[in-house]
Amino acid sequence: MDALLELDAVTKEWFGVPAVSDLTLRIPRGEVVGIIGENGAGKSTLMNVIGGVVPPTRGRMRFKGADYAPAAPADATGAGIAFIHQELNLFTNLSILDNVFITGFPRRFGLADRRAAATVTRTLLERLDIRHDPETLVEDLAPGERQLVEIAKALHRSVDLIIFDEPTTSLTPRETVRLFEVISGLRREGRTVIYISHILSDVRALCDRVAVLRDGRLVDEGPVGDFGIARMIRSMIGRELSSLFPPRSAAPSEKVLVQARGLSQPGVVEDITFSIREGEILGLFGLMGSGRSELARIFFGLDPVAEGSLIVAGRAVSGGPMARISDGIAFVTENRREEGLLMDAPVAENISLATVEQLGRGPLGLLDRDVERAVAERAKVDLSIRASDLSRLPVRSLSGGNQQKVVIAKWLAAAPRLFILDEPTRGVDVGAKYEIYALADRLAAAGNAVLFISSELEELTGMCDRVLVMNRGEITAGFDRAPDMPHFDREALLAAAFREVVA
Amino acid sequence: MSAGASFRERAVDLALRRATVIIFAVVLLYFGMQAPLFLGVENLGNIVKQSAFLGIAAIGITLVLLTGGIDLSVGSVMYLASLAAGFAMRDMGVGVAGGVLAALGAGALLGAINAFFIVRLGIVPFIVTLATLFAFRGFGAFLTSSRQFDFPPGLRSFGLASVMGIPVPVLVFATVAVVAHLALTRTTFGRQVYAVGNDATGAVKAGIPLGRVRAAVYVISGATAGLAGFILIAQIGRIDAGFGQGREFDVIAAAVLGGASLFGGVGTAFGAVIGATLMQTVNTGLAFSGMNLYLQPILQAGIIFLAVLVDSLRQSRQMLRRRRTIRPIQR
Repeated sequence: MDALLELDAVTKEWFGVPAVSDLTLRIPRGEVVGIIGENGAGKSTLMNVIGGVVPPTRGRMRFKGADYAPAAPADATGAGIAFIHQELNLFTNLSILDNVFITGFPRRFGLADRRAAATVTRTLLERLDIRHDPETLVEDLAPGERQLVEIAKALHRSVDLIIFDEPTTSLTPRETVRLFEVISGLRREGRTVIYISHILSDVRALCDRVAVLRDGRLVDEGPVGDFGIARMIRSMIGRELSSLFPPRSAAPSEKVLVQARGLSQPGVVEDITFSIREGEILGLFGLMGSGRSELARIFFGLDPVAEGSLIVAGRAVSGGPMARISDGIAFVTENRREEGLLMDAPVAENISLATVEQLGRGPLGLLDRDVERAVAERAKVDLSIRASDLSRLPVRSLSGGNQQKVVIAKWLAAAPRLFILDEPTRGVDVGAKYEIYALADRLAAAGNAVLFISSELEELTGMCDRVLVMNRGEITAGFDRAPDMPHFDREALLAAAFREVVA
Repeated sequence: MSAGASFRERAVDLALRRATVIIFAVVLLYFGMQAPLFLGVENLGNIVKQSAFLGIAAIGITLVLLTGGIDLSVGSVMYLASLAAGFAMRDMGVGVAGGVLAALGAGALLGAINAFFIVRLGIVPFIVTLATLFAFRGFGAFLTSSRQFDFPPGLRSFGLASVMGIPVPVLVFATVAVVAHLALTRTTFGRQVYAVGNDATGAVKAGIPLGRVRAAVYVISGATAGLAGFILIAQIGRIDAGFGQGREFDVIAAAVLGGASLFGGVGTAFGAVIGATLMQTVNTGLAFSGMNLYLQPILQAGIIFLAVLVDSLRQSRQMLRRRRTIRPIQR
């Protein structure tokens, strides 16, 4: 078996902590290799090592039979490796043609020969079945088409290895099918593909081989025929699914705490009606672009809503985030780095952020630092936040899981009744995930309502009392946990989320 | 959105995109009605000639704005680079052609100083060029002891000359505009300038030499500022200590009026030409219609504000459209 890329005992340590350890892997030429693993399993570090973004601490790599030690991303590109990331690397203010030729145009009389470039681009686009003029601006393309443009760029450079990192998260099912056809085409041309994904059924359908990473190690590898979904999951988490989630400590009461009625905003959401009871964790499942995060923003008063009402604890809520906070809504955002936390401010200041008005003392309302510190210390013990000096340490220096706990601590200080958790475990390692689940359970057990938004079906089915499915801004289905506490009907849930609406 | 957009929506879009041109037409029409002579060939020619100074520098700074940067030092570069050309002509005896080259070269060198601090030392462009705004002018004042500097008499006959009926400043202006347009649209470098302004980190990942592109735009902005200063001096024949002072804001205003975005990635060379010419048209028109001269800055401000307002309207319309497409909008 001819290997295109060989990794030999590659290790990457961050400050002595291994993110990838002693990894030996062969990527055979002309095959599609799926790499799977949980968040924090070392996939992105591994890709950064291959891509020349970071050098390995130990170990060697060989590419096309020669030693390969990229010092910069440009070296990887030059060697013939292309990366297609979740966030695309396209210049939206330029045309398709410009993006393909941005590192060098063909020239005629000293000037860029746009006509020759257009001819080349047109051929590339035809191969990928994109029906757009090469001069079309990228900002006018749909997400799926943009990804194909990225592939066109790779084809133009005639690369040998294309690495896809979670390419389907922002695609519609139809665009996904098209992408898979393109990847199959690449394989037929003899190109090698590394395909990283969380969607295990895709990996099964698309790949020739599967490699499983866990805690930075290669724990399982082989031809896809040997890998059922069950084996993939077992290898990825190293234990059975049931121990991933804490048991729910209390059943929800019958009393309705949150009631959304007919929330509609043209082009965003349509007739959203549901209720959450005291002590209930309600899951909201949907793919990217299904409108779940937009709904959360409407709940929190960040986006306008044209019709409908939202009642929390018997009161109709309205107005902006400030009013909503005092009405008892807490919003743990999807993107805690940008929206939920002041990354360079100390932990204690972040925790007091939502309640800072209550910490004012004296006629000038000066901030009482002692109380602030006391509140933070209590939260630290309560949520087992691992941080040494709360009033000095910036949040940036904490791990993802501990950062998320700080966000939750901030909201707990405001004593809300409705918690909106939008992808609370994204980018958090397995152990910290468990703690966040336990926290969600505690919030519910204390008689609050929790709206748990996620694109990971496992955690929803593991934690929620009910799961609603969103698709194209509508709630398309609702699923109850069966009374004897087994699992949800996962297939039906997935089918509801993937339902392609005839536009 | 292409097929679904109504005629009215598309008309509004087009009007917003062509706002500067529309404002220009309205301004011309208005002054033409006030004083018919205003639209005469001679007067319009004069306006273009007087715009050359501002326009040349505006084209240069458009490149800087395209990368998402800023250059506050252009006014001081105009002064110091023209002064350098003056010394070269008086003390070294280079002719007018040598003077042009000296102004360009000195401007480029001053731009390179900006580029060094911005690219090599990683200091924010606003701060760097604010510092050099004072430093360059200060150095010029030191050289001349703030006294007026007289150029050799040959210069004015060059500055006021015409080639085939076209005044020299207009020729230079047109040349700079065409070269910049070709560089921006028809060279790899030009396309990379747009790319850098759209996404600087993405540019690095795409293999674009980010440092080189950013350095180049400051050098170019310096060179055009030097050339612009020299072109104006060539019409006056002397330079005093206040020359070019505060002009950086006129230059930036002209570029923005011409459609350049301060956030980078948007703008054209011809836009800068239109922006500069529009500003000059308003100035001349006010003088023509005998309006109180002290109202001039206020009217100018109004037009700039209008153009920028239209731009932000256009952008928020685009944002709205891009975000709200989870489901089709029923009407």
